[in-house]
Amino acid sequence: MAEECCTPGGNIMILACSGGSNVGQLSNQAAIELTQEGFGKMFCLAGIGGHLGGFVQSAKDIPSMVAIDGCEVGCAKAILEHAEIPTKNYLVLTALGIEKNKDFNLKAEDIQKVKAAIRSVCE
Amino acid sequence: MEIKVLGPGCPKCKQTEQNVKDAVAETGVDATVEKVTDIMEIAGYGVFGTPSVVIDGEVKSVGKIPTKEDVKSWLNK
Repeated sequence: MAEECCTPGGNIMILACSGGSNVGQLSNQAAIELTQEGFGKMFCLAGIGGHLGGFVQSAKDIPSMVAIDGCEVGCAKAILEHAEIPTKNYLVLTALGIEKNKDFNLKAEDIQKVKAAIRSVCE
Repeated sequence: MEIKVLGPGCPKCKQTEQNVKDAVAETGVDATVEKVTDIMEIAGYGVFGTPSVVIDGEVKSVGKIPTKEDVKSWLNK
């Protein structure tokens, strides 16, 4: 089979809180789009939260990762800490000046802002 | 002991399988080594990538080639 059939080196694991607010869903949408653009690969934070072995070990073994929390409650960070996974790159979206609310009509400019911030924190 | 090496079959997967087989042979542990290439079965383990190594249902490594010494340490636990 092809040389690159296994995990390519440098693949960034993207973990979004995907929470129930605009910023939670911004984290999710940015993770989806960055995956589609080939920047990294979104992975299941819920699987890590459930302490499922394959998910936890994957997060421990990946050399490059970014965790994205929508707000300062920090659910994604807490999940990683509970699973004893080091947080390598980390971003909180409200710290970018995006106000947390329940409006799920995500703004294109906010998505672009979040994606740029994720790319920047991974440099 | 049941050992599974997850991976579609690239050189990394093959090297991992070889390291596992060598570790089993050198330690003399009673173990079966199975290569899993079915994508759906691999996905069922929730791993981010391959090659991955699973021992008695526990995922031990993901997305990298474990050394023979790594595998031996898992076999001795």
